[in-house]
Amino acid sequence: MKFMKSLVVASAITAGFLANSVQAGTLDAVKEKGYVNAGVSGKVIGFSAPDAKGNWTGMDVDFARAVAAAIFDDPAKARFTPVAFKEAFTALQSGEIDLLTRNTTWTFQRDTKLGLEFVGTLFYDGQGFMVKKELGVKSALELDGASVCTQSGTTTELNISDYFTAKGMTYKPVVYESADEATVIYDTGRCDVYTTDTSGLAARRTTLGNPKDHIILPEVISKEPLGPAVRQGDQQWSDIVRWTLFALINAEEMGITSKNVDEKLKSNNPAVKRFLGVDADFGQYLGLSADWAYRIIKHVGNYGELYERNVGPNTALGLERGVNALWTDGGLMYAPPVR
Amino acid sequence: MAKQWKPAPSRPSPETWTGIVGWLRINLFSSPANTLLTILGAGLLLAIIPPMVRWGVFDAVWLGDSRAVCDSSAAAGNGGACWVFVKVRLDMFLYGFYPEPERWRIDLMFTVLGFSLIPLLAPDFFRTGRSQALVGGCGVAVVFLLFGALPAVFMIGYTFAPFLFERVSLWHTPQQIQAGKRSAAATGAIGVFAVVAAVYWSVRLAGVETAALPVSLSAGVLSLCLLFFGRLGLLVWRWIFLFCVFSVFAFFMLVGGILGLPEVETHYWGGLFLTLVVAGTGMGTALPVSILLALGRRSELPVVKTLCVSFIEFVRGVPLVSVLFMASVMFPLFLPENVTFDKLLRALIGVAFFYAAYMAEVIRGGLQAIPKGQYEAAKALGWTYWKMMGLIIMPQTLRLVIPGLANNFLSLLKDTTLVAVIGLLDLLGIAKAAMADSEWLGFTKEAYVFAGVVFWIFCFGISRYSVRLEKKYHTNYQ
Repeated sequence: MKFMKSLVVASAITAGFLANSVQAGTLDAVKEKGYVNAGVSGKVIGFSAPDAKGNWTGMDVDFARAVAAAIFDDPAKARFTPVAFKEAFTALQSGEIDLLTRNTTWTFQRDTKLGLEFVGTLFYDGQGFMVKKELGVKSALELDGASVCTQSGTTTELNISDYFTAKGMTYKPVVYESADEATVIYDTGRCDVYTTDTSGLAARRTTLGNPKDHIILPEVISKEPLGPAVRQGDQQWSDIVRWTLFALINAEEMGITSKNVDEKLKSNNPAVKRFLGVDADFGQYLGLSADWAYRIIKHVGNYGELYERNVGPNTALGLERGVNALWTDGGLMYAPPVR
Repeated sequence: MAKQWKPAPSRPSPETWTGIVGWLRINLFSSPANTLLTILGAGLLLAIIPPMVRWGVFDAVWLGDSRAVCDSSAAAGNGGACWVFVKVRLDMFLYGFYPEPERWRIDLMFTVLGFSLIPLLAPDFFRTGRSQALVGGCGVAVVFLLFGALPAVFMIGYTFAPFLFERVSLWHTPQQIQAGKRSAAATGAIGVFAVVAAVYWSVRLAGVETAALPVSLSAGVLSLCLLFFGRLGLLVWRWIFLFCVFSVFAFFMLVGGILGLPEVETHYWGGLFLTLVVAGTGMGTALPVSILLALGRRSELPVVKTLCVSFIEFVRGVPLVSVLFMASVMFPLFLPENVTFDKLLRALIGVAFFYAAYMAEVIRGGLQAIPKGQYEAAKALGWTYWKMMGLIIMPQTLRLVIPGLANNFLSLLKDTTLVAVIGLLDLLGIAKAAMADSEWLGFTKEAYVFAGVVFWIFCFGISRYSVRLEKKYHTNYQ
């Protein structure tokens, strides 16, 4: 594994040097090949996974479709390449993918050292703990000496180490390559605690033998802003992806949905008219058409629709909006105005 | 009168040592220690197998087409597997993301492959031209019924052209082969060139530009074989056709883009089909390359030898995962802009060359086991290097190394799952992705068991076949 790590770092650095020559004009390249290639995780419930018919579903997937809709007026022009975590950064640098929406946590090192550019946060997550009810544990502070099942190679592993060290507690890590294995092992009772991002915990709990026997502890021990990333150095492309995200959020704030977007074209609200490109052409600054935001909302919906469809209370994950609500509803979702 | 001695009729073996009782006594309860082991073993099997069978077969849910069936069964306290999960996604498991209206192309490709492999893998049963024609005829009928007239026309050509080639190759007389090699080579080269050019231009004129080069190349190889290899048997021709004609056919069938077939980019390939493509091309390429590498390593030409040794040692020194990783991620960085090179193709080349290096060493082991006298005898007959290797040394070597090669084939088949690290979803990758479908959470076991059983079927098939080959060819060693 150490070998792979150094290989990844080496290739990322090489990519950083070489990429200077290939990074200009992602939009032109995308238009020429006719599709946006998005790197996704491919197996994260609610974020990216193929359904029984092979159609991709999830938040990350829908975001890539929004980008495709903005450029091509056709959400089907997004392609999805499952990328492994270790491969993701180099794949982006080498141009294998145009966009990384792989529910990746935005961290300092990834933003600076690895040469990625995170454009914003699509989903605010945080790491939590799940324990069996019968243990009688009410808080993460009571977990001293517990054995903890987790998945290797992600920030999860580092967070838990930080948390236990800071609180002066000890734990036995039980590390598995995939979340599936870690969950199964937790279910068989080999470890007391299962930890991952709270969105994952909720989903995983539904797969356990008896979901009611497990509780998710109130502590959230880390900040996990999951967001799309692009390669550094192509300002136009990162603007497009960033403003696609902002358009999703702004649309929800203005009450524009995929259902009423056509009526809103006739709206008298100047902000709405500007946003939908009725009497202003903001698309030109992105290299897109005037109705870029209209296309996004028409085809994919606004942020709230994305959320409800993929991870909301009526889905298998059943997550309330919480911190992912709009700032007007007490959440963190906030986007600069289109003007 | 002389008394004739009659032996007393032999008595039957004691009852306790014959029949089932005897077999049990000899094999299972011959000593206290063995008795104990038998009891422990039986206990272990009893503890493991019935719950597994109950989970997988008797308590399992087989019918239905929605999650509700599984849930209601689980709610009724039924702890068995729910195979509906696999049933609903069977197409995904088999074809990946290959577009549904085009999937018949995969079916056709495997049908043709199946019918062409039958006589090749069981040559004992299909030695005569008539039996091969019978199989071919069945193949044509099946293809016609399932896929229509045009594929059937191809199938007729593909099945019966080897008969024609065999006839033509019989025109070579031994004298022709012995004498006049050089003049034959000159005329032959011109002939091959003419064939390639003619095929190239006729295919281009027919409006199928992309196919012109591969088709004319395969025609060139066929005519080369016809000119220079002398008399070849029918089955040998079938092998040549498999490598030259079928590979081109399969490529265009799967990729499309000609004859009105829509192009299906490798991006959409997946599932069992991808596993078989990677394994099949891997095996088909690795074996010939490995033979060349093994010969090169034993060659007396210093450049050839150094190249082969360094290639083999370099490849054996790195893990397959990193080869794939380099091929998929690093390689494009070194290519000039606008030059793209399909990701799957890179992975295929990586897998094939990786295994070629390993198999080369297995074959070299076999080469070392051939007595020197065999080489000397061939040289004393005045045979050329390639003739000696092709007709004397390699046939003996290959039958010696069947177990080792089978080993490599098996691990190649299983290592195809590593393409997951470069974002290609093979059977196991699709199974893993299936576990994250939010409508079907919690069917991890079913997905893994299904993938495992499919892999087991293929691996067991390969290993049984290799045992059969060993038995057939090891006549003077066993």
